[in-house]
Amino acid sequence: MAEWVEACAAEDIEAEDLIRFDHGDFTYAIYRSPNDRFYCTDGLCTHEQVHLADGLVMDNIIECPKHNGRFDYRTGKARGAPACVDLNVYPTKVENGRVFIQI
Amino acid sequence: MLRQRDYSLLGKDGERAVEMGLAAADWYLSEVPRSELKSLMRRSDRIAIRDTLLWLGGLILFAGIGIALWPSIWSAPFWLAYGVLYGSAGDSRWHEAGHGTAFSTQWMNEVVYQLGSFMMMRNPTAWRWSHIRHHTDTIIVGRDPEIAVMRPPDAIRICLNLLAIPNAVQSFTRMGYHVTGRLHPEEATYVPEQEWNKVILESRIWCVIYALTIAATLWWSTLLPLMVIGLPSIYGAWHHILTGVLQHAALAEDVLDHRLNTRTFYTNPITRFVYWNMNYHVEHHMFPMVPYHALPRLHALIRDDLPEPDKSMWHAYRQVLPVLIRQLRGEDVFLVRELPDSAQPYRAELHNMI
Ligand code: FES
Repeated sequence: MAEWVEACAAEDIEAEDLIRFDHGDFTYAIYRSPNDRFYCTDGLCTHEQVHLADGLVMDNIIECPKHNGRFDYRTGKARGAPACVDLNVYPTKVENGRVFIQI
Repeated sequence: MLRQRDYSLLGKDGERAVEMGLAAADWYLSEVPRSELKSLMRRSDRIAIRDTLLWLGGLILFAGIGIALWPSIWSAPFWLAYGVLYGSAGDSRWHEAGHGTAFSTQWMNEVVYQLGSFMMMRNPTAWRWSHIRHHTDTIIVGRDPEIAVMRPPDAIRICLNLLAIPNAVQSFTRMGYHVTGRLHPEEATYVPEQEWNKVILESRIWCVIYALTIAATLWWSTLLPLMVIGLPSIYGAWHHILTGVLQHAALAEDVLDHRLNTRTFYTNPITRFVYWNMNYHVEHHMFPMVPYHALPRLHALIRDDLPEPDKSMWHAYRQVLPVLIRQLRGEDVFLVRELPDSAQPYRAELHNMI
């Protein structure tokens, strides 16, 4: 049963950026898009399990810091080699300035 | 005594690297505040378009003058310049656009990547994956397919490399595999299966281009078509070999710290233009997302955590050549780069490994 988990304050993430959020045994990446929407994906790149939080957000794309693999963080779709396998995405909501993810 | 090494990707050193945890491992990273890194990682169409226009403009200009003066000896310097822009600057453009960091617009990276790949006779898809492995397992024996100088060094191969002969032989051998619908067994270890058709298609297209170039050479009974397409990969390769050898030669193998196995050196503006700042090679390996034009800034930011760069290529070769000669004589020696006091020390477990 999916549950809502409080991850961070909205202001913890700059626009067009992301942060890492660890919960239980999992690690997630939480994004703030240039138009102030929040998204959440798996935190590790599907290519070689590197933390995406050290990567670069460009518009709707997160680029992995290790080999520049690209994903659309809104859908999790792999958008550029060597990223071939999609990321899982998770719903988000913002309440009272706090970001929640459903996992 | 030099330990016998097996550099093939299918051999026992590759298995050993996996067993020792050297494959796809965690590498040392210098500390850079996130805000600084974000600004360094920003791409710029403006800078990359300017530099690409200069590069393409130079290619057209020098080829034009070379053709106009052909076959006079006065055409030689222009072919030399054309060759360097084709067979050496093609390498750095291939490299940077392959990382996707030159332009902020991805299709521009792709166009330059395809062009650079063709100039360097590197199958675009196979080499994309080869270079990914080089970044994952930099100078890990049996894992890294791009180790240019092995131990003991193959002196004849290095000299032939100045004319890109081994590269051309390998390219055409592999093209032979591809046009017949296969991949070389080594390529099959790092190119995922869903990409194989792309490799094969690209090689078949290239074969047609080379066949047309050779046909034009024969038809008009002049070497000119090959001087423009194909041969400059050979007569213009020397610059990228001289710079490329310095990236890792005579440094440590099988370590997880780019400060130990990668070299940064200072050099003149022309070489930096041809090489697209890859003389800042430790910085590039640590932070491959930083575009070429931001590498000098990154260097300034982390230089206190890095070994002192070589002052010039000449200075670097003066360190490298004696070590290579000793390796040729069978000694298991390499250079350990001194760190400044301000740097984080090399991790002890890495020292034990080497
Ligand atoms: S680890 Fe992310 S692209 Fe390779």
